[in-house]
Amino acid sequence: MTGILAVQGAFLEHGKCLEKLGADYRYIRKRDDFSENIDRLIFPGGESTTQRKLIKELGLFDILKEKISAGMPVLGTCAGLILLAEKISNDNPFLSTLPVTVCRNAYGRQLGSFSATGNIGNISDYPMRFIRAPYIEKILSDSVEILNITDEKITAVRYKNQLGISFHPELTDDLRIHQLFLSL
Amino acid sequence: MNNERYELNKELAQMLKGGVIMDVTTPEQAKIAEAAGACAVMALERIPADIRAAGGVSRMSDPAMIKGIQNAVSIPVMAKCRIGHFAEAQILEAIEIDYIDESEVLSPADDVYHIDKTKFRVPFVCGSKDLGEALRRISEGASMIRTKGEPGTGDIIQAVRHMRKIQSEIAQLASRREDELFEEAKRLQVSIDLVKYVHENKKLPVVNFAAGGVATPADAALMMQLGAEGVFVGSGIFKSGNPQKRAEAIVKAVTNYDNPDMIAKLSENLGEAMVGINEQEIALLMAERGK
Repeated sequence: MTGILAVQGAFLEHGKCLEKLGADYRYIRKRDDFSENIDRLIFPGGESTTQRKLIKELGLFDILKEKISAGMPVLGTCAGLILLAEKISNDNPFLSTLPVTVCRNAYGRQLGSFSATGNIGNISDYPMRFIRAPYIEKILSDSVEILNITDEKITAVRYKNQLGISFHPELTDDLRIHQLFLSL
Repeated sequence: MNNERYELNKELAQMLKGGVIMDVTTPEQAKIAEAAGACAVMALERIPADIRAAGGVSRMSDPAMIKGIQNAVSIPVMAKCRIGHFAEAQILEAIEIDYIDESEVLSPADDVYHIDKTKFRVPFVCGSKDLGEALRRISEGASMIRTKGEPGTGDIIQAVRHMRKIQSEIAQLASRREDELFEEAKRLQVSIDLVKYVHENKKLPVVNFAAGGVATPADAALMMQLGAEGVFVGSGIFKSGNPQKRAEAIVKAVTNYDNPDMIAKLSENLGEAMVGINEQEIALLMAERGK
C-alpha cells in the first residue's frame, strides 16, 4: 500500500491517480497513520516550509527518513523533491536521502510558472507542469540517473528507489510516472 | 491571459490546499507566519479588524511594504486590491505578486464592475457568499474562491453561512435534470458551461477556501469539515495574545481537522483569542460589497 503524505498540498490529486491505476493507498496526516502495510511513499506538491514543519511536529520525520534510507520506494514531486534533497542551495536540507542539490523557487514567483513537454527517461512526450518549481542544480552521486533536462535544467532524477521530480504529474491525466513509481 | 496561464494559476491554488494563508502587516509578522507553517501570506497595511476600527477609505497597500514582505519570506505572497480597481491590480502584477485578492475588505472602487481578471497574467482570488457569486467571479477570471465571511470580526457565523450556502447550492445543481440547467444558468447569471461543469463534477472548477472570522483551531476545523479546502486567517492571529502559538495551532488543526483529540490538545493554553465583534454589533457588512 502506498502512503501519501497528506499534511498539506495537492495530495488528493495523487490519490486519484493511484485510484485510476487500481493501486491501494492511504493518506498520512500523523504518526498513527503510518501503518505496517505501507511499502511505498508519495510526497506531493505544496509548500515545503509548511510540510517540513508539520512532518516534524506530527512525529513523522524519523520514520520517513528511516524507511526511505532502508530502500522504501518514494516519489517526490515539487515540494516532495525539496523534502528528499541532500542539499538545498537556498535553504537547509530536510530528509537528505536523495543525493542532489536542489534550488527552491528556482524559476521565481508565480509569473515564472510554466508548462512544457518532454521525455522522462523512457517515457516520451510527457506533459510537465512547473508551479513555482524547484530544479536540480547538481548531482551528488554517480548512481543518480537523470530522467529529464528542460531548458538546460535537470528536473527529474532517479536514485535507487527514489524518484525526485520538479513538476507535477498529479496535475495531468498522464499516469505513466505513477506507473513507473509503482514498478519500483 | 491565455488558457495555459489560467490553468497554471488554478494549479498554484491547488498547491495551497490544506494550508493556512495568514494576513501580515510587517516583514517580522511574515516571518512568524512562515515559521508557524503558513502556506502563503497576505501582505496588507492594516488587518481587517483595524480597517474596521479606523474607518475611512481603505486602499491597496504601499508597494514598498509589500516588497518588504516578498523579500522576507520564501512562501507565496498575496496582496489585496479594491473591487473593480484594475489599476491597483496592474501595480500588484508589476511587482510580481503571487496572487491578487480582489477584496471586499478594502473600499470598493466600482459598484458595478469587477476587474476583468482574464486580462492579467497573475492569479486572482475573490470572495463569494453563494454559488452565483463564485461562478460570476470565475467567469471574470478568478482562479481561486474564498468565502467572504465577515472580515475583522472574529465571528465565524458568516463564513459558515457562506460555505454551507455554496455547498448546498452545488448539491442542488448536481441533482438537477440536464434540461433544467439553462434556467439555472439564467437564475445564477452565469454561463451554461460553468453550470454544466458544476452539475457534472459536483464541485467548483477552482479551489475554495474559507475566510472571514476564523479565530481558533476549532473554527478552522469547522470550516474544513464544512468543505473548505484551506483557510485564510486575517485578524485572528496577530490580534490574539500569542500569535505564534495560535498560528501553529491553526496550521495543525487544518491538517488534522477530523481529529478532535488532536484539536483538543492544540486548543489548550493558546492565550487570549481576538476579542471579536458579533455581526449584530457592526455597522458595516463587508460581505455585501461586490456581488
